[in-house]
Amino acid sequence: MATIYIDNKAYEVKEGKNLLETCLTLGFNLPYFCWHPAMGSVGACRQCAVKVFKDETDTRGRITMSCMESVSNELRLSISDADAVQFRANIIEWLMTNHPHDCAVCDEGGSCHLQDMTVMTGHNYRRFEYKKRTYQNQYLGPFINHEMNRCIQCYRCVRFYKDYAGGKDLDVFAAHNHVYFGRSEDGILQNEFSGNLAEVCPTGVFTDKTLKEHYTRKWDFTSAPSVCQHCSLGCNIIAAERYGELRQITSRYNGEVNGYFICDRGRFGYEFVNSPLRIKEAKLRDENSKDLNKKNLLNKTSALITPGKTIGIGSPRTSMESNFALRKLIGAENFYQGISEQEASLHKLILEVMNSGIAYIPSLKEVEEADAILVLGEDLHNSAPMLALAVRQAIQKGPSELKTSLPAWHSLALKEFIQQEHAPLFIANPLKTQLDELAQASLNLSPAEIIQLGYAIAHHIDSASPIEHLLSESLLKEAKAIAKALSKAKKPLIITGTSSMQEGLVKAAANIAKSLKTANLCFVEHECNSLGLAMMDAPPLEEAMKHVFLNDTDTVIILENDLYRRTSSGNVDRFFEACKEIIVIDHLHNKTTQKASVLIPTGTFAESDGTLINNEGRAQSFFQALNAKNELIQESWRWLNELFSLQKGISIKDRTSPHELLEEIAIAMPQFKGIAQAVLQSDFRINGQRIPREPHRYSGRTAMNAHDNVSEPKPAQDLDTPMSFTMEGYRGEPPSSIIPFYWSPGWNSVQSVNKFQIEIGGALHGGDPGIRLINNKEGMSSYYDNNFVPIELKDQEWLAIPVQHIYGSDELSIHTPGVTERSPQPYIGLNKLDAENLNLQDGSKVTFETDGEEVTLPLRIITELPRKVAILPHGLQDFNCHLPIILRIKNLKKSR
Amino acid sequence: MERPLTKNIHIDRPPLNLKEYEMTGGYKSVRNALKNMSPEEVRSLIQESNLKGRGGAGFNTGMKWSFVPKGPDAPATKYLIANADEMEPGTFKDRLLLEGNPHQLIEGMIVSSYAIQATTAYIFLRWAYKEAALRIRQAIHEAYEAGYLGKNILGTELNLEMHLHTGAGRYICGEETALLNSLEGKRASPRAKPPFPQVSGLFGKPTIVNNVETLCNIPHIVNHGADWFRSLSYSEDGGTKLYGVSGRVKKPGIWELPMGITMRQLVEEYAGGMQKGYNFRGALPGGASTDFLTEQHLDIKMDFKTVSAAGSRLGTGTMIVLDDHTCPVGFVHNLQHFFAQESCGWCTPCREGLPWVERILLSIEKGEGRLEDLDLLSFHTTYLGPGSTFCALAPGAMEPLQSALKYFREDFERHIHDKKCPYNGNHIH
Repeated sequence: MATIYIDNKAYEVKEGKNLLETCLTLGFNLPYFCWHPAMGSVGACRQCAVKVFKDETDTRGRITMSCMESVSNELRLSISDADAVQFRANIIEWLMTNHPHDCAVCDEGGSCHLQDMTVMTGHNYRRFEYKKRTYQNQYLGPFINHEMNRCIQCYRCVRFYKDYAGGKDLDVFAAHNHVYFGRSEDGILQNEFSGNLAEVCPTGVFTDKTLKEHYTRKWDFTSAPSVCQHCSLGCNIIAAERYGELRQITSRYNGEVNGYFICDRGRFGYEFVNSPLRIKEAKLRDENSKDLNKKNLLNKTSALITPGKTIGIGSPRTSMESNFALRKLIGAENFYQGISEQEASLHKLILEVMNSGIAYIPSLKEVEEADAILVLGEDLHNSAPMLALAVRQAIQKGPSELKTSLPAWHSLALKEFIQQEHAPLFIANPLKTQLDELAQASLNLSPAEIIQLGYAIAHHIDSASPIEHLLSESLLKEAKAIAKALSKAKKPLIITGTSSMQEGLVKAAANIAKSLKTANLCFVEHECNSLGLAMMDAPPLEEAMKHVFLNDTDTVIILENDLYRRTSSGNVDRFFEACKEIIVIDHLHNKTTQKASVLIPTGTFAESDGTLINNEGRAQSFFQALNAKNELIQESWRWLNELFSLQKGISIKDRTSPHELLEEIAIAMPQFKGIAQAVLQSDFRINGQRIPREPHRYSGRTAMNAHDNVSEPKPAQDLDTPMSFTMEGYRGEPPSSIIPFYWSPGWNSVQSVNKFQIEIGGALHGGDPGIRLINNKEGMSSYYDNNFVPIELKDQEWLAIPVQHIYGSDELSIHTPGVTERSPQPYIGLNKLDAENLNLQDGSKVTFETDGEEVTLPLRIITELPRKVAILPHGLQDFNCHLPIILRIKNLKKSR
Repeated sequence: MERPLTKNIHIDRPPLNLKEYEMTGGYKSVRNALKNMSPEEVRSLIQESNLKGRGGAGFNTGMKWSFVPKGPDAPATKYLIANADEMEPGTFKDRLLLEGNPHQLIEGMIVSSYAIQATTAYIFLRWAYKEAALRIRQAIHEAYEAGYLGKNILGTELNLEMHLHTGAGRYICGEETALLNSLEGKRASPRAKPPFPQVSGLFGKPTIVNNVETLCNIPHIVNHGADWFRSLSYSEDGGTKLYGVSGRVKKPGIWELPMGITMRQLVEEYAGGMQKGYNFRGALPGGASTDFLTEQHLDIKMDFKTVSAAGSRLGTGTMIVLDDHTCPVGFVHNLQHFFAQESCGWCTPCREGLPWVERILLSIEKGEGRLEDLDLLSFHTTYLGPGSTFCALAPGAMEPLQSALKYFREDFERHIHDKKCPYNGNHIH
């Protein structure tokens, strides 16, 4: 700690920080542009000037950029000094010489950092009388809109895109007052994190193009704290509604999880909520769905549920509450995980390792602190994008032995000092990944080789760990080098996951972690609640099918799950034929909903409260942003609870809140102990007030429904959470788990998050939200055996493995126009030599047989892919769900 | 009068090749230093000689070298860079040394590399110096052939690789940290200091960037000693200096003269005085980014300290003379056009302020100015001063403007009052 004096008042502050972040932490309003808490200081914009004095007797002082000066004991500075105030106003005046006066038609207006800083500095009168410079804008793809005339050249966009996120196709061009931020030519921004440009840009140069389609000012949104549904990481998001439509997703700060950013799938994948595929009407056998109101739907559905003769199939893409409500309704013994046996056993194994205590399971923030990383069989940019971003930050910090006195905030100087000396990163994956460019070694291997490489590394570190099988000399050498680098590291991290569906990977990763003793271990799963469902420890889908085939089961309830994505369609078809009643609860039409005898609509995450458990075992709650004007659209757990009440003869009005449900979960399943802390009780109030989802400047509520009814309708009630669907309520800072939007007086933009943090870039006041449920303790007693079974492949046989695509592999986000545009068409990928042997060219039609089905797909030749391995994109076609399998390629004739 | 830097330069013949250069005593300092002196002895000799950086800032060269980390913990890789990106308007002194005697620079760089224990050296050359590039390339080749460059120079443990890098034509590359970024293949924006290049420079390693003229002095100091070097000067700054004069003088040119010669001697004696019909109104003493001096300053010594005391800077020591037929507003506008265009676009005051200044000056020059414009110009000279901007470009740009407003204010006012340029737009282009 150091004592500094700000305008002659003493403050105890942390050392190692710069003056800007220190002043902001202390609550001062000091304007800035180029500095960003996640990206550090570069001193370009000159906006954060203060006056620094030599000592008590110095009365003149010198103008200093607060972002470029470290805290030191006894330092004296002034924010209110007249010169400094004038200087800061001058900067805005200069920036405004070219900035258009188009706030009224600018998407950023009302949430614009430049507006806020302009007001803060007091600049208001234009003295520049000449023409402004203008630019041509570019087409940047379906996600980001470009309006360069608004640019104030803070350089944040390129620093984020290139330096922070590793993007290649956005840069700064030209010089002097004509610097240009864009691509070398029009085209789709390729980086998976491009959406953050909209938040990183302090004004309206880069804005959310999907928002433009249904534009709403920030102050007119009804927003709710939410959690991303599109991968297993559980990034925190804000979901924003207007006119009953979900219109924008922005990142919600969580210092432990996603920090300031989210990936483009998370940001732009939301439009499935407004998709024409939405199920808005119930279906009950042949009854006219128009006649089905909530009450008779419930009654008729309840009549189909016979205790003991009904089973339920849960889902990894819906909340703990919904899964539990189903389990409760039909009984624990009748509840099944809605995933294949293969995936379920993989998750079980992961949970076993996570619970074993051999390694710490890091949060995304902790991943950034690793000093040596090994990635086994995951292409993180496609399977868990924000984890890839965290890995990049860790590696770009440089090796731990690199010594420098430069403070962490001095980002460009550090970058220039570190240059290409990255911390050790090793990647073994069948395909190239975007992180390869940072890796000391990136090996494109078959799944079996990756697993054996993992065993070899563990064995090299600790000879008690089982030895590898069948590894080439050169790979053994690589294993040795990797083992050496991991052993040398203080915080080594092993990352693997379920992308390629290999138990061997999990075991090998666990062995490496155990051999290292102090390693961190991180697993990636497929879906947003994969781990939560796995923790419920129910039998897999195949068992449910077996149960139906063997027993006299009347009814199956399928919760938010398209079974055709889980196992072969033949199996699912046979299963459905065996079921008497198929009750499907879901929000988007799919192949399973078509088979439903009873179809119950449900809310998407945007219309729901719920809790998910992410890949580190962190329970995080999301909250309803949308009020569907349709009584049938409500959370699955509410339907199931209501059915439960009907079954038990309890009045439906005695509703259960999410908090109570979570408490029930913890009682019913001790592994969920503590989960209820993820949400506040519904009667939580501050000064007797609720937390409003709408800003106090919300407009139009008396007008927006006036075409229907001139009297203002009663706002929707929220009986489940401490939040309200109105603009009335507590105006101070909400608890960290229920921050619906970031706003603070004078800070209308997303930068207002500064005001919600204990220290800038640190935890939110009251701690970052989320409860970690896995507190490993048991201690893995022995290493996993190396059960190596060589795969024999005949001439026409290939081992088909799934590959993840950020745009396309996720079940829900694919129903968003921009994501569909970016998604690949189904294909089969083969090694170049394999293709040549088959006389096939890129684009040739390949016909293969899998699981009795004959499929034809265009070929993608993938140079680095190991021989005799075929890849199929996950999620794009049903038959891909049960990979890896051995497939027979049938066409050996040329097809040109 | 001794002229160590230019004695072997003759404009009417090509530069000396290595053999010829050796016959005049060339590369002797390499032997002297490598065989008889420790690196630290070389460094302290240079510091003692009071050689000040000839790029314009005038910092003691030996002192600058002392900031390079030494000892077992210091990074093994270090770099020496000759800043030959001479783009200051009105400045052409390094060109003479580069085209006239490239071996002298190479010799200086070998000895300097030895002093700071650099193993790689770069010459960062202005793109337009095509002839110099050819000559340097030839000289480097000869030096490699003769064993002055490469591994185990003269049988010692010293290894030195030397490369010529030609720039792409950006003024900002003369700023040493922008030069480093450019040399690394990055955008030529300056870097924050600290960390200084001496500690974290090219590719993050300790780096010394010295001006060409500075480096060319090194062999002579090593050969003749610090006392000799100081004795060459008329002032406390050691050595000789390349002085140049341009503008409407009779004999514009460049001369190697004792440091501290007076401005009057330079203009009247060496440049032959003003051309017929033109009178001296003022001069930028050391390139475009120095303050005007006027007649009252003609008798000051042209050394770092004295010129500073007179309110300007010695800068590069190459003077641009303003005569009484040239419009000072147009003159300054021309300079500001250059500076605005050469701003790298990194920091706000420079990127946005300089074009504004240029627009104001243009409108005054066109007779469209208002009196308030003079306040706006002063506003910029105040707030684009040192410390306000990221590097020295904009503060340098403000020096001719602020002094023009001071010494030639009546010209500005007359433009505004008459609504036209009283010189009919006559100014140096």
